[in-house]
Amino acid sequence: MWNYTEKVMDHFLHPRNVGELENPDAVGEVGNITCGDALRLTLKIDKASGTITDAKFQTFGCASAIASSSVLTELVKGMKLEDAAKITNKGIVDMLGELPEEKMHCSVMGMEALQAAIANYRGEKSPAGKDESEEGRLVCKCFGVTDAKIRKVAIENRLHSVEDITNYTKAGGACGACLDEIQEILDEVWKGKPCATDGRGGFVCMTVVQKIMRIQEVLDKEIKPHLQNDGGNVELVDIQGAKVLVRMQGRCSSCPVSHLTLKNTIEAKLREFICPEITVEEVK
Amino acid sequence: MKSIGKVIYCDNNATTQVAPEVFEAMKPFLTDLYGNPSSIHHFGGQVQREIDRARASVAGLLGASDTEIIFTSCGTESDNAAIFSALRVMEPRKKLLISKVEHPAVLNVGKELSRRGYEVVEIPVDGLGRIDMDFIAKNVDSNTALVSAMWANNEIGNIYPVEEICRIAHSRGALFHTDAVQVAGKIPIDLSKMPVDMLSMSGHKLHAPKGVGALYVRRGVRFKPFIIGGHQERGRRAGTENVASIVGFGRACELAAEKIGEERDKVARLRDRLERKLLASVECTRVNGDISSRLPNTSNISFEFVEGEAILLMLNQMGICASSGSACTSGSLEPSHVLRAIGVPYTAAHGSLRFSLSRYNSEEEMDFIAEKLPPIIKMLREISPYWRKKHDPIFRIRTCTAP
Repeated sequence: MWNYTEKVMDHFLHPRNVGELENPDAVGEVGNITCGDALRLTLKIDKASGTITDAKFQTFGCASAIASSSVLTELVKGMKLEDAAKITNKGIVDMLGELPEEKMHCSVMGMEALQAAIANYRGEKSPAGKDESEEGRLVCKCFGVTDAKIRKVAIENRLHSVEDITNYTKAGGACGACLDEIQEILDEVWKGKPCATDGRGGFVCMTVVQKIMRIQEVLDKEIKPHLQNDGGNVELVDIQGAKVLVRMQGRCSSCPVSHLTLKNTIEAKLREFICPEITVEEVK
Repeated sequence: MKSIGKVIYCDNNATTQVAPEVFEAMKPFLTDLYGNPSSIHHFGGQVQREIDRARASVAGLLGASDTEIIFTSCGTESDNAAIFSALRVMEPRKKLLISKVEHPAVLNVGKELSRRGYEVVEIPVDGLGRIDMDFIAKNVDSNTALVSAMWANNEIGNIYPVEEICRIAHSRGALFHTDAVQVAGKIPIDLSKMPVDMLSMSGHKLHAPKGVGALYVRRGVRFKPFIIGGHQERGRRAGTENVASIVGFGRACELAAEKIGEERDKVARLRDRLERKLLASVECTRVNGDISSRLPNTSNISFEFVEGEAILLMLNQMGICASSGSACTSGSLEPSHVLRAIGVPYTAAHGSLRFSLSRYNSEEEMDFIAEKLPPIIKMLREISPYWRKKHDPIFRIRTCTAP
């Protein structure tokens, strides 16, 4: 049994704005019956002000798909097109309180339908859906997911594991042949990603293995040579979140000012090359 | 939406309610009679006698003898024990045949074994879910250790010709195992007249509690234990016995033997009543499985162009418990392996609903479901973008294949 929030159940049991607008100004269609969910969104848009005046939806899918669609129509009504274009699946999830991880793809479907509708109104090609293959390489053949979509969803939702990608996009959820490829895309997306200025991205989002490799690299290239010049050295012991634990070695281990080396050299370099949030502590 | 204030339980292939008589039989073993049946003293020893009585009751339901019954913790353990034992006693044979519609307790063991280097062959089924007998005859060979085919399927209810499959297996010297978890207590079983080598059953599918099962091993068939340890179950399944549950299981088997006629008559009649009413009042439906050879309690119906989880949650609002083979109910993103194996079109697979009844269901409950479900389907179809397009050519080959 899924743990749906009251808001999800409310929108599922009493969906708002069901149906199809007559002579809509914009239509966005995503998904298909084979995949198990699909959404058709129709919008009325006031041309002068560029405002969405009405929205209706039709959805084939589970409770969270219906709830995501319903809440989306409420969200966009009265919204300027340029603001609506910025809505991500996270915006939909926030409106619903939360969704189970395995159901995140329902909120992604809502975002895609909205983007498809806006593109349709502007006479552009759909960013998702039918023209998707032109935008990227098809990675998941079972659910028709491209590398472009995986990258986009990974970055927007800070996803680091293949399992998360499957929950959000369905990619890899059927035959599993593309799981390695998804991992490669993720590795590429997060490799050496600089820390986001809001302090939420980058280092803290890396996997432990990525952190170890990155820190080891900076230690080896930028820090150890300096210490070794004075007969000292340093060893990586552990990483806890953004806290890096090291052991001082050689002459550093008995140096009365090693705490200065720790802060002014090791921590400073790690912050410079990896992430300003990193703190370094010594373990004996 | 109105609730009738109680639960209408139609998910008995998932689990069943513990029969009141079973609960009564178990009580003393959860309170006063807590001795270890392996103990020398009378306080423990008296418990052993009750386990033996339960063993006789389980054997009685199967037409087996007491010494052929090994108590386990569940159906899954029984399946694992049977398969792993067969592979050891049949060495150096390295091949295993299992049907494509097996429960994960067998299917995933097959996947694991193929990773370990065994040759695992999956037996296909046709559009009605009937097993391909010619395929079995062609593929069982002198390298085959075991053929494992379920007696009845949990999702669509198909009953399989296990006796015939067993004879093919034996003709090449292979062993035969059947997962009879869904069959025991629903249709008569007489193993004294059938050459089945091993058979799995589970307590909680026939009104005993969860956490107890049994494996039948025909006298003369070699067996290697799956769980190693003490001497319990004559050295064939170690671990201190789950006494209360075993006693309950025994009582449940006695009741099942008494009431097997009720399953055939009353339960089948209720199922047919519900199915008939639903098919008559909702268009674009199909029954999945082989209605000519089906468990008396199971009905698997697809409602096209809607999604199963949505239906189930709407039914849930009214206290009706059923299940679905749709992708969304499991979070697996694909419809159930059984519906895919029998080639149910995707338009219908996502909207499948399984009702599995028991002798505790009533006619009023069936009528209540038959009254409440059609408006739910109608409402969900109105939300669905596909319903108004149901006559589109893209759906022509896949749509409205009502029986």
